[in-house]
Amino acid sequence: MSRRRVVITGIGVISALGRNASEFRQALQEGRCGIGPIRQLDVSSLRFQNGAEVSGYDPGQYFHDKEPDFLDRFAQFAVIAAREAVADARIEWTDALRERSAIVTGSCVGGKTTEDDGYVNLYLERKPRVNPLTIPRAMGNAGASQISMETGICGPTYTISTACSSSNHAIGQAFWMVRDGQVELALAGGSEAPFAMGNLKAWEAMRVVSPDTCRPFSKNRRGMILGEGGAMLVLEPLEAALARGATIYAEIVGFGMSSDAHHLTQPSVDGPARALRGAICDAGIAIEQIGYINAHGTGTAVNDPTEVRAIRLALGAHAERVAISSTKSMHGHALGAAGAIEAAATAFALRDGVIPPTANFTELDPQCDLDIVANTARHAEVEYALSSSFAFGGLNAVVAFRKNR
Amino acid sequence: MSQELIQSEELTRRVISVIAASQKIEPEKITIDSTFEELGIDSLDGVTILFALENEFNINIPDEGAQGMHGVRDIVEALSKLMASNAGQPADAAAQS
Repeated sequence: MSRRRVVITGIGVISALGRNASEFRQALQEGRCGIGPIRQLDVSSLRFQNGAEVSGYDPGQYFHDKEPDFLDRFAQFAVIAAREAVADARIEWTDALRERSAIVTGSCVGGKTTEDDGYVNLYLERKPRVNPLTIPRAMGNAGASQISMETGICGPTYTISTACSSSNHAIGQAFWMVRDGQVELALAGGSEAPFAMGNLKAWEAMRVVSPDTCRPFSKNRRGMILGEGGAMLVLEPLEAALARGATIYAEIVGFGMSSDAHHLTQPSVDGPARALRGAICDAGIAIEQIGYINAHGTGTAVNDPTEVRAIRLALGAHAERVAISSTKSMHGHALGAAGAIEAAATAFALRDGVIPPTANFTELDPQCDLDIVANTARHAEVEYALSSSFAFGGLNAVVAFRKNR
Repeated sequence: MSQELIQSEELTRRVISVIAASQKIEPEKITIDSTFEELGIDSLDGVTILFALENEFNINIPDEGAQGMHGVRDIVEALSKLMASNAGQPADAAAQS
């Protein structure tokens, strides 16, 4: 099967950095941090108080009548991002195109706020029944299904749940489907809304969440900051995009994935390195062509130095010459949406020639002594970039991008 | 917190008992000088043990207190300090009703 070139022609983002892609892009370039006190629920009983929430979010601005009743917050974010991406791409739908289009979404935890509400009713308020919409709201594919119904896309539609790698796996799979001619268009990304008390308590027990902010690769980092939101990309063959005069943000050129086969929570060096190499290999490019890595960079004690070692193992001497940043320092760790949000950040970085910084960086860590773009965006014309996601459970997914010329 | 719990021997015995139960290790194989490495305890096991200790002693162990623990003695000393200083808030105060 001949391989087609695949380009991004639409981007939608809703995150702690704004409720659309242009606000997101601007915040990244300004190095603005979207982390602040969690406001959706009372978190006074938690050891951490800060998160990266979508501020000023009012479902009524996006959904009408019964619509919000059917959609958990995580699914709403998927739909909002998808609507923006589809509108941005100015797709001219035909029945044939809808049949030959795919939707692949990622989510780590699904409808946690819906589940939590049900448990409160059941166990706390001792009510004998829960809302009958609990199941369709909480299911991980709720966003993908709603996007399908709204757009009429009726080709391959599914959801991938691989913890923090979910949406990188989603984008990678969609990329391959378009590249190999299985579909003519794909909507790929992910969404997450993890701010439910039961889920937050579970994160607290893991002891990996920072009590203040997220400082990836900085010596004084104290952990990750949970984030919420969604991001979607429209992917289509280069030729089709050119033929219809679409705006092209960037090209996706490779996808690599691997499993550590090692530990539920401790990352390995070898597994992520194989995913990085896999993406480079799939792209058919030389290591020396990589100019930027949007790192997984969670800001935990263990992830960051392990990731640096993985980058060195995968890229060899060239690792010292690659610009690296973790935009989780600004939009938080949106778990199953992280890869999609960071794919959008990487596409903007390539198109604009502006590498978004690692915010909140204050102190060099000798264990993370690569070229970390700290606090201020850097103007740099980069041809190829990687975006990494390394999940709990040791599941790794890396997407390779190329600047559109 | 009752005074006798702060006394080291009883505390050590209970800590060892908690570690043994949560890690499925025979208590006889654990001493005050056992290190996590010797016991095959990794970081995920560590947070599981802290959870069990919080339940056993009805306290909250702050993340800062959990860092730098490498063995049974570190746990006993940290818990001892936590109880003595009363820095570990009673878990009931923070728990959901």
